[in-house]
Amino acid sequence: MLMEMGLDREEIAALATIRSELKEIPAQRRYLIPLLQRVQQALSYLPQAAIQLVAQHLHLSPSEVYGVATFYNQFRFTPPGRHPVRVCMGTACHVKGGDIILEHFERKLEIKEGETTPDREFSIERVACVGCCALAPVALMGDALHGHMMTGKVEGLILRVQIEKEKARREMGDRDER
Amino acid sequence: MVELIVDGHRMTVPPGQQLLAACLAEGIYIPHLCHLEEAPRPAAACRLCFVEIAGVPAPQPACTIRVASALKVRTDTPAVRRLQRMALRLLLSAHHIDCRRCHANRACALQSIARFLKVGLHPKPLMAIARPDEVDRHHPFIDHYPRRCVLCGRCVRTCRNGNDHPQFSFTGRGIDTVVRHYASNLALDKRCSECRRCVAACPVGALQWRREGAGASESVD
Ligand code: SF4
Ligand code: SF4
Ligand code: FES
Ligand code: FES
Repeated sequence: MLMEMGLDREEIAALATIRSELKEIPAQRRYLIPLLQRVQQALSYLPQAAIQLVAQHLHLSPSEVYGVATFYNQFRFTPPGRHPVRVCMGTACHVKGGDIILEHFERKLEIKEGETTPDREFSIERVACVGCCALAPVALMGDALHGHMMTGKVEGLILRVQIEKEKARREMGDRDER
Repeated sequence: MVELIVDGHRMTVPPGQQLLAACLAEGIYIPHLCHLEEAPRPAAACRLCFVEIAGVPAPQPACTIRVASALKVRTDTPAVRRLQRMALRLLLSAHHIDCRRCHANRACALQSIARFLKVGLHPKPLMAIARPDEVDRHHPFIDHYPRRCVLCGRCVRTCRNGNDHPQFSFTGRGIDTVVRHYASNLALDKRCSECRRCVAACPVGALQWRREGAGASESVD
């Protein structure tokens, strides 16, 4: 199931901008997908509030809009995490057990593919070939590529991000004390 | 009027009449799940209503045929039955059979079609497909049971015919498609509280009016 998360301040502002832009757009069904693309461009996902806004503007039901949006791979319904995990499911990685890597990330982060952890740190996606099949199976953590993935590496990658975060937090704290 | 001969039975229908509806009206049963009499176009989604028409090489879904000229039709040939049984078994492979606890028990089209086609409710050789949650309560008044849904679309189309803006939609795609309600809209929700036609349109037990305070997912007998 998709979870609904509260909007942060920037997202609320972005949505307000879109709301003001809507006046320019005729209430015709053919603007549905361009509008959804506009929202996703601004917020990097389609929160429920945005879907309701688009539905209202085009005189559609939210269910219709959601039905159209979920048909397309380009739309997402949860915010991407600060450290998006992308697991390659291309042919080579698939043969080399990419699905096991994906499943391991899902288990360790306690979310499913397409979802985001409640603290918005991590999200998981599957991607098709990222172009380095010789390193299969491949996973990306943010922009960093990790080849020859093994289940044992999964926890380490997650841990590294968490340690970095903790370190940054402490440094901030030190600075504040001084 | 146009003459039809169905399984040797002679009848006359107005031109343009839908073949499936004509047969059903004459008491000739053809299995069907997605047929919706008042819909402008057939969905032809369930692939159950096949018939053979003399002069047409392959069996055709009867809901897609508008009778324009005299036809000779058979509803029970081996080719028809083979297609129907396969379609039914595919539907059942994604269906969570638990009739005893299902509110549609004994009034369920899936049960009667299985009986008619002599297909057991637990088809063996096909892989069972796991579907999402047992019950989906996104709609303010109506529970949806995705594992019982046969994706016939009757609820979506009934709602669209009734109030333009379906409160249920097909979401996702391919094998992950589920019928779902998404997010409220007060005006539409209010209409639902008086309408309930989608619940009546569901040929199986996949939609149920939620009773006040009903906690458990299953009906009480
Ligand atoms: S929908 Fe029909 S076949 Fe399925 S569990 Fe309910 S009664 Fe049985
Ligand atoms: S909920 Fe019922 S009517 Fe709607 S698609 Fe599923 S089986 Fe058909
Ligand atoms: S298949 Fe994974 S990198 Fe090519
Ligand atoms: S009734 Fe004809 S395909 Fe479903």
